[in-house]
Amino acid sequence: MSTSETAIADAKPSHHLSGHTAKRLYNFSIPLSTAVALLVIWQLGVRIFNVPTYIAPAPSDVADVFYSEFPLLMRNFWPTFMESVAGFFIGNLAAILIAVAFVHSRLVERAFFPIAVFINTIPILAIAPILVLIFGPGMTAKIVIAALICFFPTLVNMVRGLQSVSPEAFELARILSASKSEVFWKIRLPSSLPFLFSALKIASTTCVIGAIVGEWIGANVGLGALIIESTFNFRAPLLYATVFISSGLSVLLFVSVTIAEKLIIRW
Amino acid sequence: MNGVDGSLTQKQEGRIIAASISEASVNFGAFTALQDISLEIEAGDFYTILGPSGCGKSTMLRLVSDLVPPASGSVEILGKSTEAARLAREFAFVFQDPTLLPWRNALKNVELPLEIGRKRNIKLSTGDRTPRELLELVGLKGREDALPHELSGGMRQRVAIARALVCQPKLLLMDEPFGALDEMTRDHLNLQLLDIWKETGTTILFVTHSIPEAIFLGQKVLMLKANPGRIKDVINIDLPMPREIALREDPAFNSYCSQLRKLLEDC
Repeated sequence: MSTSETAIADAKPSHHLSGHTAKRLYNFSIPLSTAVALLVIWQLGVRIFNVPTYIAPAPSDVADVFYSEFPLLMRNFWPTFMESVAGFFIGNLAAILIAVAFVHSRLVERAFFPIAVFINTIPILAIAPILVLIFGPGMTAKIVIAALICFFPTLVNMVRGLQSVSPEAFELARILSASKSEVFWKIRLPSSLPFLFSALKIASTTCVIGAIVGEWIGANVGLGALIIESTFNFRAPLLYATVFISSGLSVLLFVSVTIAEKLIIRW
Repeated sequence: MNGVDGSLTQKQEGRIIAASISEASVNFGAFTALQDISLEIEAGDFYTILGPSGCGKSTMLRLVSDLVPPASGSVEILGKSTEAARLAREFAFVFQDPTLLPWRNALKNVELPLEIGRKRNIKLSTGDRTPRELLELVGLKGREDALPHELSGGMRQRVAIARALVCQPKLLLMDEPFGALDEMTRDHLNLQLLDIWKETGTTILFVTHSIPEAIFLGQKVLMLKANPGRIKDVINIDLPMPREIALREDPAFNSYCSQLRKLLEDC
């Protein structure tokens, strides 16, 4: 996308270029001003109707806590970050490897796909306590939950991606007398990358959910633990700030995956 | 043709048989796609294959190229089995869809056959022309770095032709390669293909559903009939070489057209 965009920009005279930039700025300013307007309404609503802070804090209260409790927020951010990222890598790697096995052996697929579907049908909230019992209150259980939540969408997408090779491409490979491993490395794997990245984008946000759910069940650090703690202590501004940080973590991971996709997939 | 080794089948007058099909049949389950096909194709010939849809035109190419096995009868290419010919890269295939790998640029796509089979000693008889020169031959000098999605349909098919030529095949199999292109591009590529044929001295089997294209390109038109697919006739096209677009206006050309149209209606 970026190459074609620059090509178009290069072809046009400079005043068009600035028009292009202005249009992007305009497109960006609409959602931004909507968000600002909503924050203002929220702030005014809370102040006018005198809503107690422990029920619904004003944006300014949340901003205050962001500033005053920043070290606390960060102390709880890093464990969740580590769990999410570790879960992301483990879950997706497992999914990719199993997808490769599925594509190369019908028997393996028949044997294990129903089990994968079954595991996926168990609500993550139901399986989380079991995993915390097995792995204890440390990071491991959270990583496993985050990995589990990433696993299924990536498995399904990766299998589809590896199978997305056209019959003619297989005929071409056959005419070139390509071996199974050559077909895999030169044709199947690159073909699957767009599918893989769609799945990784989903996983980049769900792994954070997995880690936080794990922390709810039993943890003394992490954003999930902080959410529970601030709720029970009626520290609503801190709760809101934690929720914002959690969503920021998801955005961070999502953007990283998107940048990696842009760099790797140029077709 | 020059540089032919002594192992090739030679006829009494010194003619070389590029492909020889004897009493070959192809079945797909209970369906007989081709029945009792016997044909000898001389090296350097340009055959076009014409026939009603479903008569096995594509199957014929797939039979010659070791993609589908004969149920009975045999096929030999330059005196070898089709498998041996495949491993020796004696033939190349051009599909209707260019079947380029979208993540490889034009040059890398042309180089693909040279990267496959290295470890298994598959003969990579790189021709006199480098991949770069082949791209120049098909008129794509300067577009070596373009990705397939940046090229037009006609350009993509030209990359596919360059890729087919990279191992200097003695037999070029083309399955409606210009079927999806517009008339102008098609005319242009027809002329270019005739040039390439002359310059490389390769043997061409070219499937088409266009009567004028079959006459314009072919020295011989192989007419197939359907249910089951059999050879109906082989028509020699006695028109001067090199051929030019103006030939289409020639009365002789038009009489071939009506002759073939009649034959096709009888199928």
